[in-house]
Amino acid sequence: MNRTRRRKAFSGIVVFLCGAAVFLALIPLFFVFGYVIEKGFSSLSWDFFTRMPKPVGEPGGGMANAMVGTVYLIVIAGAFAVPVGVIAGVYLTEYGKKTFGSLVRFTADVLNGVPSIVIGIFAYGLAVLPVKHFSALAGGLALGFMMIPIITRTTEELLNLVPGTLREGALALGATRARAAFSVMVPAALPGIMTGVLVALARIAGETAPLLFTAFNNRYFSTSLVQPISSLPVQIYTYAVSPYEDWHRQAWAGALVLVGFVFVFSVLARVVTRRLERMHRA
Amino acid sequence: MKSPSSRRSADDRGFRLGTGFFALLVVLLVAGIFWELYRTSQLSLAKFGFRFWTGKTWDPVSGEFGALPFIWGTLYSSILAMLISTPIALGIAIYLSELSPRRLRTPLAFLTELLAAVPSIVYGLWGVFVLVPIVRKLQVVTPDWLKKVPLFSGPPLGVGMGAAALILAVMVIPFTSSVAREVLKAVPASQREAAYALGATRWEAIRAALRFGRTGIIGAVILGFGRAVGETMAVTMVIGNNPQIKASLFAPQYTMAAVIANEFTEAADDLYLSALIEIGLVLFVITVFINAISRLLIWSVTREVKAQVPKPTATVAFAAPTGGGQ
Repeated sequence: MNRTRRRKAFSGIVVFLCGAAVFLALIPLFFVFGYVIEKGFSSLSWDFFTRMPKPVGEPGGGMANAMVGTVYLIVIAGAFAVPVGVIAGVYLTEYGKKTFGSLVRFTADVLNGVPSIVIGIFAYGLAVLPVKHFSALAGGLALGFMMIPIITRTTEELLNLVPGTLREGALALGATRARAAFSVMVPAALPGIMTGVLVALARIAGETAPLLFTAFNNRYFSTSLVQPISSLPVQIYTYAVSPYEDWHRQAWAGALVLVGFVFVFSVLARVVTRRLERMHRA
Repeated sequence: MKSPSSRRSADDRGFRLGTGFFALLVVLLVAGIFWELYRTSQLSLAKFGFRFWTGKTWDPVSGEFGALPFIWGTLYSSILAMLISTPIALGIAIYLSELSPRRLRTPLAFLTELLAAVPSIVYGLWGVFVLVPIVRKLQVVTPDWLKKVPLFSGPPLGVGMGAAALILAVMVIPFTSSVAREVLKAVPASQREAAYALGATRWEAIRAALRFGRTGIIGAVILGFGRAVGETMAVTMVIGNNPQIKASLFAPQYTMAAVIANEFTEAADDLYLSALIEIGLVLFVITVFINAISRLLIWSVTREVKAQVPKPTATVAFAAPTGGGQ
């Protein structure tokens, strides 16, 4: 009898500790979000979105060029990473049951864990070292390499949600496998695939390390592929480690914009996936 | 003229090879990274050999490169981060998969995974302006007798190993917990039911589930370790960037990823650059190794169970990479 009570008490303690762990993890979350929102909002202004950075020591100015730069880099990255990732994902759903498919999945997962700074060195070696020049292209390459494994894996997972009977129906009507995949399966999973792309975008939009020595930074407005370009994360970093009060303020504003961006994309992705899952389960 | 059916099978082959090429690109990418880093670090590899990894002096001006302090800093900070984050992450995974009321489960899972969505640079910013001052205050009020212990010695700077480990722990928690949760989800309900049928308490039933999925749980912890090893920006901003080997939590130190982030654009001569790339090469090899092991462990649990369940349910682990999968 006594022993049972002891076991129950111990069980209760463990259950309590597990709940406490959740609570404990939420403290830094609210702490970080609280600071970013509080400090960010108080520093956010119209100028921040529309003005260029002021020279060192002069207060005011904004991060207009950095925001455009970030969007620009993401477009370059997506331009090659989305097709590669989606098509690789299609391959995995159609033919990926064998050894090669497992190898691709495995390397994609491993690639996902490779530090972004290492991917940055790789892009540096490919696009900066040969021409001795930092460029938007190099930065976009680095970000794109990071997107590929994420898009590949989510595309495959979401294509697997589409009932196989759809494919069989198309094949029975005389469609080739390519046609069945690209005209039937992919459109059916399209909202999900777009979600995968959003998730990948949200993840790389805040990446700083791989841009430090590929896209570098630029005080001026640039949309050239072969020139260095400014980006929101790198600009936040530059300002955060600077000794100027006004720059710190702007770094917080930048962080708020970045977090807002990532948050919106993540929530959007979640909503679309939920709807897709429900649709195919019904 | 070809018959329609043979044309169709030719089309199918073309489709298979065409899409297969893109799948192959994923594999080639990993091989390409290794080759590129290996190629560009030749200068340093040839000049220093293994001495590079035992040398304690990092002096770019005199051309002396020893990377031991960075290895130390990376391992020490990551291990400390794991000590803090592992119990919390496993607690979260257990709570969310076994204990939480159904209604709370989704919002709580969303919130904990939100930790992974915050960019590293934002953690770094928060670290510099909020966490580091707090650590500095703690150092100031540390009693003198405690400061004599090597773990807590040193001037109150705020930046250093302790701040880095704390921020790393926060960043790693969502990765470990979401994968551990997936592993627990893959454990058949019969495991817990059998335990309950034998009169187990709640915790004893959970322990049965944990034991069933232990390889996957270990995989989840190792995956978190891999994240901690490669984390760059936040650590760079709070660790103090001083290449020294110290046990103290209050001493500024340096990590492999941080030295690359800080000094890459300053590397004026070829040897310096190549030394930094060699650090990157080793970081790459270590993280590939860690991730490979953790994936195999995770798969061994999730795949085995998935084979019995006809329909896989896909989840897009948001911002965090998808965990187990097939």
